[in-house]
Order: sequence, then C-alpha cells, then structure tokens
Amino acid sequence: MPEELYEIEANIPANPIEEYLRMDRMPHIWCPGCGIGTTVNCFVRALQTSGLDLDKVAVVSGIGCTGRVAGYMNLDSFHTTHGRAIPFATGLKLANPELKVVVYSGDGDLTAIGGNHFIHAARRNMDITVILINNMIYGMTGGQVAPTTPVGATASTTPHGNFEETFNLPFLAESCGAVYVARWTAHHVRHLTKSIKEALAKKGFSFIEILAPCPTLYSRRNKLGDGLDQMEFYRDHSQIKNGADTKSVAIDFQGDIVVGKFVDKERPTYLEAMNNHYQKKYGDRYVPSEEMRKVFHA
Amino acid sequence: MAEVAEQTKKAAKGSVVISAERCKGCGFCVEFCPPEVLELASEYNSKGYHTPILVKRELCTGCDICGMVCPDFAIYGYIMKKKSKEA
Ligand SMILES: Cc1ncc(C[n+]2csc(CCOP(=O)(O)OP(=O)(O)O)c2C)c(N)n1
Ligand code: SF4
Ligand code: SF4
Ligand code: SF4
Ligand SMILES: [Mg+2]
Repeated sequence: MPEELYEIEANIPANPIEEYLRMDRMPHIWCPGCGIGTTVNCFVRALQTSGLDLDKVAVVSGIGCTGRVAGYMNLDSFHTTHGRAIPFATGLKLANPELKVVVYSGDGDLTAIGGNHFIHAARRNMDITVILINNMIYGMTGGQVAPTTPVGATASTTPHGNFEETFNLPFLAESCGAVYVARWTAHHVRHLTKSIKEALAKKGFSFIEILAPCPTLYSRRNKLGDGLDQMEFYRDHSQIKNGADTKSVAIDFQGDIVVGKFVDKERPTYLEAMNNHYQKKYGDRYVPSEEMRKVFHA
Repeated sequence: MAEVAEQTKKAAKGSVVISAERCKGCGFCVEFCPPEVLELASEYNSKGYHTPILVKRELCTGCDICGMVCPDFAIYGYIMKKKSKEA
C-alpha cells in the first residue's frame, strides 16, 4: 500500500456495518464483484433506521451463495435446507407473532425448489419480508439454469442457450397476493435501502427482487464482463417506473430492466384473517394464545 | 487494519475509512463515487488485489455511497466533524 497517502486517525466512527455482522466469519465467501454483499449493506442500513428492536428480528435463508447471508448476520438467524426458508420463516412467525421475520435467499432457492412455498406464503399473506437475490442462475453449485435465467442466456446446463420461459417474479408475487412488491438492482443502493425499510414496516407478505451480478458464473459465461460491467449495465439500462403493471416488467436477456415499487396495498394477514375468523365463528369461546394476544390485543 | 485518509487543508466535508486487506478490487467504490474521489492504487494488498485510494480527497462529501456499494465491507464514508471543536 502507498503508505504516504494514509494517516491513522483516532476519533473516526467505526464501520457502521460491523455490529450487524458476525465479524468472526469474515472474510465472507463471495467472489470479487459479487453483488450479494452490496445488498447486505442496504439491508443493514435499512435495519438501522427502521426503529425495529433487533432482538425481535430474525433472518432466515435457504441454501446457496445468497443463503450465506443468514449465517453472516449478527441477529437471530437460521440457515435452513434448500428451498425451505419460507416454511421455516412461516413457523417462526406463527409461533412468535411479535417477531419481524426476514427471508433472504437466492432466486433458485426461493422460486425453483422453494417455488411452491413462495406462492402459498404470498397467497396467505404470511407476515414476512422476502428479499430475493436474482443472479439469474444457481450460483453456488456451478451456474446451472434457473427459473429466472433469461431466454437466450447461457448456463452450465444450457450450453446452447436457455429456451425455457423465464419467471417474471414481481408478476408472480402480485398474482399470488403479495401486498408489497418491488424490484431494484445492486446498483440502486439508495432506492433499495428505502424499499427494504418500507417492506420491513409493511404488514403481510412483502417481496423485493434484487438483480445482482454473479461475475463468476453468469457474467463470464455470457461474455458480459465482470461485476463492475454488470453494475454499469444496471446503471445504464434500468428504468424506474413506480407503479408499473407487473405484467409489463418481464426480464429479457440484456434488455432494459424495469425497477421500482410496483405494489403497495393492504389486505388481512394470515394471522389477522385467522383471528377474525375464529372470533366471528366462536366469539368468547375462542381463546388466542398469549403470544397472539400480545400482538392483536384480542 | 483500518486506515483513514489524511485530512486535507482544503475543507473536505467527509472522508473514508479503507480496510485494504478486506478489499477484492472490484472497483465499485471507484466507479460509483459521485465526485470521483477514488482510484484503484497500482499497488496490491496481500491477496493481490488493487485497493482504492483517495486521489481527490478535498471533494469527498462523506456520502457513504462507496460504503453502500462495497460488497466486501472494506470501505465506508463519514462526515467529518470540525477539527477545531475536538479535543
Ligand atoms: C435438496 C437439495 N438439492 C440441491 C442442492 C444443491 N444446491 C445448493 S445451492 C443450490 C442452488 C442455489 O441457487 P440460488 O438459490 O439461486 O443461490 P445463489 O447461489 O445463486 O445465490 C442447489 C441446487 C441442495 N443443497 N439441496
Ligand atoms: S458464484 Fe456468483 S453468486 Fe456465488 S459468490 Fe461467486 S459471484 Fe457471488
Ligand atoms: S463518501 Fe461519497 S464522496 Fe467520499 S469517497 Fe465515498 S462515495 Fe465518494
Ligand atoms: S468496492 Fe470494496 S472491494 Fe470493491 S474496490 Fe472498493 S473497497 Fe475494494
Ligand atoms: Mg441464484
């Protein structure tokens, strides 16, 4: 290092992220230019200003490069089996309705093996926040094709290009009943932080899709350069369209990316619906659990 | 491990702290710093990555965009307090 350019200085603030991470686990496993760490910065900054009691925040991940997030967060966290972050988070929320439960996982984990859990949690309006990192492939296992791989993109299992229809995740989430739906990229750090904060404050199933570079297994195979090239692509080819019809936001291979907040609406959460239903049906004979009473003052 | 850029005579509003050993040289901080304060050094850290240095430190606003984009938690910006008021 060019020492003459630096001077050790006391009295400077500590890196704000460190108290939110398990620093004994650093350095993390992510490749140079991987976008997952960038999204973690935004998540932490959203938590910092959310006003949430961190003792009542839990992070749940599945398996994959993104799945590592749970293990790196200095919060109550759980690294579940592949595809099962949402059912685990559902159980956590039902048993402890006071908790703010955040699922942080990959596109493959949440929409391929875990796709059924995703649609039903959204349908039930389960009160959880789902942060999905879409790097368009299965990163951890070698860049296999995923339901999110754009048509025409190459993956390790589609050496001649992918011909399967790609999931339009905001449309999927909205159709299933999510009450908050947004998409950003790893380049949109300020918007993303604000959006995560909104999602954390939202009751019900909130969903944020974040496009993030996987230079090692997606960009390189598709001759798209490194992580920085991918970030520059996001900067140059994203259009912010808040309130856009989710039908219109499908992703094409290297096409323009529509980002923004698409859905923000109200409907009863799973637990609210359950409480209301049993109260109506059984009146005083319905006795909610103590945990539930704390939340619903029933 | 944390190193901080020397404060300049010209009044920079902010500065950054760089943990060069954590850096993987991706260049995000350099490219997305709004006033283009940073550059990657030609020197390497012990893992062989070029790490950022402040080349136009007087322009740093402490906005922390570098800290938000850095995937390796290796840099962050902060707004400097007035030196004269400090002990
Ligand atoms: C039941 C089961 N099947 C398959 C795997 C192998 N596996 C591990 S991670 C992964 C895909 C991860 O992809 P994604 O969720 O997109 O995460 P990324 O690594 O891209 O962040 C697969 C198939 C597994 N661990 N368990
Ligand atoms: S393989 Fe891809 S997703 Fe996984 S850490 Fe490397 S760049 Fe990130
Ligand atoms: S704090 Fe802002 S101005 Fe200063 S180096 Fe970082 S991004 Fe640039
Ligand atoms: S963003 Fe972080 S890892 Fe990338 S060059 Fe800057 S300090 Fe290094
Ligand atoms: Mg993936």
